[in-house]
Amino acid sequence: MLSVRDLESGYGRARVLFGVSLTVEPGELVCVMGRNGVGKTTLLDTVMGVLPVTSGTVTFDGRDITRLKPHERVRLGIAYVPQGHDTFPQLSVLGNLQVTLEASKGSPSALDEALDVFPALKPLLKRQAGYLSGGQQQQLAIARALVTRPRMLILDEPTEGIQPSIIIEIEEAIERLHGSGLSVLLVEQYVDIALRLADRFVILDAGRVVREGEARELRGEEVQHLLAV
Amino acid sequence: MEAFVNQLPIGLSIGAVLLLIALGLTFTFGQMGVINMAHGEFIMAGAYTAFLLPGLFVPSLVVAFFVAGAMGLVLERLAIRHFYGRPLDTLLLTWGVSLVLQQLARDLFGAPNVQVKAPDWLAGGIGILPYNRLFIMGLAIASVVGVWLYLVRTKHGRRMRAVMQNRRLAATSGIDTGRVDMLTFFIGSGLAGIAGVALTLVGPVGPSLGTYYIVDAFLVVVAGGLGQLRGAVLAAAGLGLLNSYAEFWSDASLAKVIVFAAVIAFLQFRPQGLFTVRSRALS
Ligand SMILES: Nc1ncnc2c1ncn2[C@@H]1O[C@H](COP(=O)(O)OP(=O)(O)O)[C@@H](O)[C@H]1O
Ligand SMILES: [Mg+2]
Repeated sequence: MLSVRDLESGYGRARVLFGVSLTVEPGELVCVMGRNGVGKTTLLDTVMGVLPVTSGTVTFDGRDITRLKPHERVRLGIAYVPQGHDTFPQLSVLGNLQVTLEASKGSPSALDEALDVFPALKPLLKRQAGYLSGGQQQQLAIARALVTRPRMLILDEPTEGIQPSIIIEIEEAIERLHGSGLSVLLVEQYVDIALRLADRFVILDAGRVVREGEARELRGEEVQHLLAV
Repeated sequence: MEAFVNQLPIGLSIGAVLLLIALGLTFTFGQMGVINMAHGEFIMAGAYTAFLLPGLFVPSLVVAFFVAGAMGLVLERLAIRHFYGRPLDTLLLTWGVSLVLQQLARDLFGAPNVQVKAPDWLAGGIGILPYNRLFIMGLAIASVVGVWLYLVRTKHGRRMRAVMQNRRLAATSGIDTGRVDMLTFFIGSGLAGIAGVALTLVGPVGPSLGTYYIVDAFLVVVAGGLGQLRGAVLAAAGLGLLNSYAEFWSDASLAKVIVFAAVIAFLQFRPQGLFTVRSRALS
């Protein structure tokens, strides 16, 4: 479904990724792991087209999307929830969802479906997004991604800095979405969450893939060592 | 006291013109962070549009909006968009464009000022309030309300606000930010055209018409708080009044100095302007 080949990118002259390759098969949940600053966010930003590729390719559904703009990738069916539960702070919760729906020219029922994933948002629709708690903002961010009815969902540390009760809700939502056949590329620092959710994992270190495998291998000591701070 | 009262409509209508200009800058400068020195020449283009359409004052407001808007659109597509995030380059570039446009106006219409005949129904007034100045104030208020409704109530306005609040997120949410930038520039520049037509009611039109107002208008945007409608309204009224009283009691150039000093003093106390922003400029 999504295939990344020998990807190199970075910021200006500072290279961050040194030839990363990974694939996500249809319906699969792949977890990208690694310590802080190894290039996980850079990888996702490059896959989404926020950062330009220095070399390498990104293909989606067999189509080369390496040079497409971010919004064009969204139209092909990729949705992105960036790190840090970003919202449009001065739009209402509903406005946040609507503006995404309108951009993807989707049907209004997609909005209801997204809200069904996080019913906790329903009483908050009129609130300004900037005033929500971090956890609520994250739920909004995921709901906003779902409004485009994606075939592939990319999430960057959706549980980072979120209160535990909402972490559980988010984890369950991701599990259900994956269960319903959605392909997911997830960056997650918590090994236990990755163990529960992932089919496969990829570990990055200093901009390179240093280990990949089936989720259960995450229990191994060597793997734990690669993730230790 | 009488002089004070008589000066009031003049001050308020100058404020209204500044507001119209600042309203356009709220889009291009306040929301997109582009210092467009050629904005003044879009005002001039609007004024000459009214000159070219004698006897068609109200239609010329609409035509001027599209003429100036189109000029802004072309400038954004051909030049400015290649310099996003480089304010100094943008400033120099648009300053150059501004000089070229002034020269173009001199070649087309001659260097001397021309007069646009105001429509008959704007002659006269109520008491100390001349109709032409009342009309300018009404036009400014209508434009503010129009812009506000557009931003808050329409699909395109919502998309524009999303881009201004978080450009990256807008792009990765599926919004074509390049198209939104085009539209933002079109509307902001078009408002300058309307301001230009309004200016023909209170004075002659010349190639350097825009340069008289552009600095004050930028001051209005900065003092009001970048990208903030409320702030722009208050700051425009304040600066318009200050301008006209200072000019009345001293002279035109000293008035500019006084206004400039007042804004700088004000920004010492409130660097963020009257109202605070939470919009992100282009990075
Ligand atoms: N905007 C930026 N400009 C320059 N360097 C950056 C920027 N963002 C991240 N980096 C650098 O790129 C490297 C990878 O960062 P990132 O992809 O955010 O890591 P991770 O998501 O794995 O924590 C780090 O060394 C970081 O300092
Ligand atoms: Mg990160």
